[in-house]
Amino acid sequence: MSDAKSALPGARYEGFVKLREMGLQGMITLRGDLASAKLAAAVQTATGTAVPGQRQIVTEGDRAAAWMSPDELLLLVPYAEVADIIAAIETALAGEHFLAVNVSDARAMFRLEGALCRDAMAKLSPVDFSEAAFCPGDFRRSRMAQIAAAMWMPDGQSLQVICFRSVAQYAFDLLSAAAAPGSEPRLYG
Amino acid sequence: MSTRLAQGGRLLNKGRAMEFTFNGKRLRGFEGDTLASALLANDQMLIGRSFKYHRPRGIVASGGEEPNALVGLGTGNKFEPNQRATTTELFNGLSCTSQNHWPSLEFDIGAVNSKLGRFLPAGFYYKMFIHPRPLWKHVYEPFIRRSAGLGKAPTERDEDRYEHLYAFFDVVVIGGGVAGLQAARSAAEAGAKVLVMEQTAHWGGRAPVDGGTVNGQPVDNFVDETLAALRDMPNVTLRNRMMGAGVYDHGYVLGYERVTDHQPSAPGPRHRLWRIRAGQIITATGAIERPLSFAGNDIPGVMLASAVRDYAVNYGVSAGDRTVVVTNNDDAYLTAITLKKLGLDVPAIIDARSAGGGALADEARGLGIRVETGKGVAKVKGGKRVTGVSLCNQAGEGAEIEEIACDAVAMSGGWSPVVHLWSHCGGKLVWDTAQAHFRPDVDNAPTGAKGEAFVIAAGTANGELSLAGALADGHEAGREAARRLGLKASASDAPKGDSPAEAAIEPVWMMPQGAPIKLRMKSWLDYQNDVKVSDVQLAAREGFESVEHAKRYTTLGMATDQGKLSNINGLAILSDALNQPIPQTGTTTFRPPYTPISLSAIAGEARDELFQPIRRTPIQGWHDDNGAVYEPVGQWRRPYCFTRSGEDNHAAVSREIRQTRARLGLLDASTLGKIIVKGPDAGKFLDMLYTNMMSTLKPGKCRYGLMCNENGFLMDDGVVARIDEDTFLCHTTTGGAESIHGHMEDWLQCEWWDWKVYTANVTEQYAQIAVVGPEARNVLAELTEEDISAETLPFMGWSDITLDGIPARAYRISFSGELSYEIAVAAGHGRALWDRLMEVGAKHDVMPYGTEGLHVMRAEKGFIMIGDETDGTVIPQDLNMQWAISKKKEDYLGKRAQERSHMADPTRWKLVGLETLDGSVLPDGAYATEEGVNENGQRKVQGRVTSTYYSPTLDRGIAMGLLRHGPDRMGEVIDFPKVDGTVVQARVVDPVFYDKDGEKQNV
Repeated sequence: MSDAKSALPGARYEGFVKLREMGLQGMITLRGDLASAKLAAAVQTATGTAVPGQRQIVTEGDRAAAWMSPDELLLLVPYAEVADIIAAIETALAGEHFLAVNVSDARAMFRLEGALCRDAMAKLSPVDFSEAAFCPGDFRRSRMAQIAAAMWMPDGQSLQVICFRSVAQYAFDLLSAAAAPGSEPRLYG
Repeated sequence: MSTRLAQGGRLLNKGRAMEFTFNGKRLRGFEGDTLASALLANDQMLIGRSFKYHRPRGIVASGGEEPNALVGLGTGNKFEPNQRATTTELFNGLSCTSQNHWPSLEFDIGAVNSKLGRFLPAGFYYKMFIHPRPLWKHVYEPFIRRSAGLGKAPTERDEDRYEHLYAFFDVVVIGGGVAGLQAARSAAEAGAKVLVMEQTAHWGGRAPVDGGTVNGQPVDNFVDETLAALRDMPNVTLRNRMMGAGVYDHGYVLGYERVTDHQPSAPGPRHRLWRIRAGQIITATGAIERPLSFAGNDIPGVMLASAVRDYAVNYGVSAGDRTVVVTNNDDAYLTAITLKKLGLDVPAIIDARSAGGGALADEARGLGIRVETGKGVAKVKGGKRVTGVSLCNQAGEGAEIEEIACDAVAMSGGWSPVVHLWSHCGGKLVWDTAQAHFRPDVDNAPTGAKGEAFVIAAGTANGELSLAGALADGHEAGREAARRLGLKASASDAPKGDSPAEAAIEPVWMMPQGAPIKLRMKSWLDYQNDVKVSDVQLAAREGFESVEHAKRYTTLGMATDQGKLSNINGLAILSDALNQPIPQTGTTTFRPPYTPISLSAIAGEARDELFQPIRRTPIQGWHDDNGAVYEPVGQWRRPYCFTRSGEDNHAAVSREIRQTRARLGLLDASTLGKIIVKGPDAGKFLDMLYTNMMSTLKPGKCRYGLMCNENGFLMDDGVVARIDEDTFLCHTTTGGAESIHGHMEDWLQCEWWDWKVYTANVTEQYAQIAVVGPEARNVLAELTEEDISAETLPFMGWSDITLDGIPARAYRISFSGELSYEIAVAAGHGRALWDRLMEVGAKHDVMPYGTEGLHVMRAEKGFIMIGDETDGTVIPQDLNMQWAISKKKEDYLGKRAQERSHMADPTRWKLVGLETLDGSVLPDGAYATEEGVNENGQRKVQGRVTSTYYSPTLDRGIAMGLLRHGPDRMGEVIDFPKVDGTVVQARVVDPVFYDKDGEKQNV
């Protein structure tokens, strides 16, 4: 069998920030009672993290859990381990009302790197990216121009964005345009 | 003549000369010039022709309120019409042309309209062109359209880039004059995060030109110091060349930043539209000087007094050697004093007030300037430029006392606060009798969701015309904004401004006050739309008493300048004509944007490849490379067919269908919606959503279902697969994926919130490939070792298998009537599987087919298509799909609606097949007619075509349609008139044209 392919393997652009497609990323949509101890334990096992608070993401190594809605999390795990992790969640939550589903291939993921990454994203998303409002640990479900997107900061100099796979090219083109040299809005940096 | 002075020009860098052209003429200016100041420096008084009468027009103002000096700026893909010379910063190589004249600016044939002025009064078009009717369409309208508009539309693509920027601030200050800067400072001192935007390239507004002192120092020092302080504060963002375009609900502000207009070769976007959320908005937008309404006030050389002063001080440009100042207030005396001190001649200050002015008047007299009080200008002499004014008594009817020779007139009718942004979102105004202007009504500010005020007007925009008042008001505005945000207001003292005391203004709406019609017909209110005092008076006489009606009847204030100079003067004239006080007349509505902004800025990045997101399947790359002809399906582009060389679409579709029916076809079905529905109540939930029973479906099986909305109308269909006891996978139409998911969540969150059901839209997780045709099983068998025989994986079953090592789920469902498997694999494997299927299928001459092949094949089988057989008014019963409507269920969405009398009406049009007698293809949407006409005299109809195709399988046209009593009329021949007047006859038949018993799909 051939290897699975991400939406735009190896796509890169260098403007006033660096942009690259991040390749395959395991993603699990987990819906359930976020206050339940069983669910918290399942999340801990899957990602090594606690259940994130509202509009937060908690990271542990190559794994993370992000808050999507009052009854939905997004678990970020290695692509190859998704099936096993879902199986483990199903075992752990047997008898509970929940939904764990693999959405790794439904998405594309990009990273913007550079001191001005907030400036680039501020052109596309109606999100307050100021340090007072948005820092590593914060997570937003919003939009990027005309498409849905979720975003967070892996560190103070980078922004990571998830969108649907079918619009990966549009997202890449958008982010490239936003990072075009000379177009720095200098709002945040 | 206007010229550059040897001295002055505080905004100029005289070390850097710049070349530009006007109508091809090479001219020179300096860095720091506006196009307007540079044109004046070159004695270019005549800039354009007016809209209606083609009168010669020159520069009137020095800012965004300019009505006349509009040019076509740039050439080719940089061309933009109607650009204001006063707000265009000069750059090297700028090229511009004047507008609205033929054959030339100097000699314009349209100017004959001016001579016919008395035949072109207000409402002329309405009155003149209404009869006879046919002339309107063929003569009047084409003529008016040709003469309408000022600039010409660009003919080339705009090659510049534009973008949006989302920003969030506690306080947004609009206007970087002294009041705005002080407001920003006091708000920022309280800890608020502040943005200050200034539409020009310079800070300080008018204050540096008008003078005065702050805390004993020249006002320029105050501006510099405040700017420096603001720049040092980390919580303050300063942006010049950025206009506050609009104020909207919930503290939303549009900022229009002209990033590279002043240096077009620089990298970066041309314009940036800031979409800002603000806690509080301070409108420190200044004030605009009003013209005076005297005859000939539009002749080039007649300018606002403040503009004359601006050009002299800021750009070292004199409007003329001899400038007569005409005023009703003290402020204009500053212009006379400024000019005199620059060594220019001021033949007279004509002050309409009999008592004259205050301290400034004394200063002017002290400089030896002749001051005439209680006087006015009867008319301005000259054609393409001013040659003199005729002095008269303001109280009289314009009898000339003497003619004063001059080459410029500086007029001032008082100052109107710029209340636009205050008013955009509902801020009210009060009439200030003492200052003769509308100012913000502080008790009726625009309010937010909780009824709280979110806009504060500050400085001259708030009616505080003195330097001291504006500074104190700005300071307090910043403190008030902080308080409203819950911050502790700055404890600093307001800076103390000082400027000469001024005597009161005396409102002058007509000059002289008893001007006869002959003068009133030459007294312009709205320069850009050619509206005169006499027009507004006529409108009032004809009954247009509402200011909004009078505006539209006369076109006062409807041009690109939106009446910035003319509004107050116009409604004062209207009030006078109606014999009512000005506040009773009121103002017209102020709407965003404050001055025109580029459409491209509104579009932002959304152009070319970013115009709209185009969704691509994981297999799209193959389609791109293999002749796919695309059609839009929602935001997807799906292959309509795959053409080969020498083939047209029709031939390709026929080939694809024949090959699929004969051997093997592939369809990229990835776009189909796929929604997981899971939970203990999932079966119950789907029983409510679908018309048929889903809860009885066994794991491993599939069932086709119909979904109706609560009005009973069919909205989506698809195959549901039961994955396990708690889990279903619902396939939707391509277009329905997101809306059906939303529909499910709507019912779950709003109505059945206590049902234990979770949904997830996994449409994009899977690439889905339909493997279709008699060879389908053979091909799959080559890629898997698992048993996919008819016994193990029967029709309407599904099974998890491995294809060439790729985990896959095979649904044995068919939309073509052939043996068919829809294979779902993780999207990341989609292309690989497709490539393998093409490889292995090669020996069967596999052919991918597109949406048209899909449509034709389903039509041959009599399968309905959402959007063809349904249009939002069709219920399943119309489509004879009672078999898919459960009788056992107590309820489902749409059930009650379908029991209503009109829905149960036996005369509703129902689905039938249609076969033309001559084998031709029926036109899509054609109506089946019957004898007689309806009450509107239209031919009666009894049905219509919903799907119609050429069937390569049957080699004839086939169609489906809805027909009254259709199923009872098999064999009957009915008429379908075509638009060319001929009639096609078709026989009513069963809609299943091919393999009626379904043997082919069930092998």
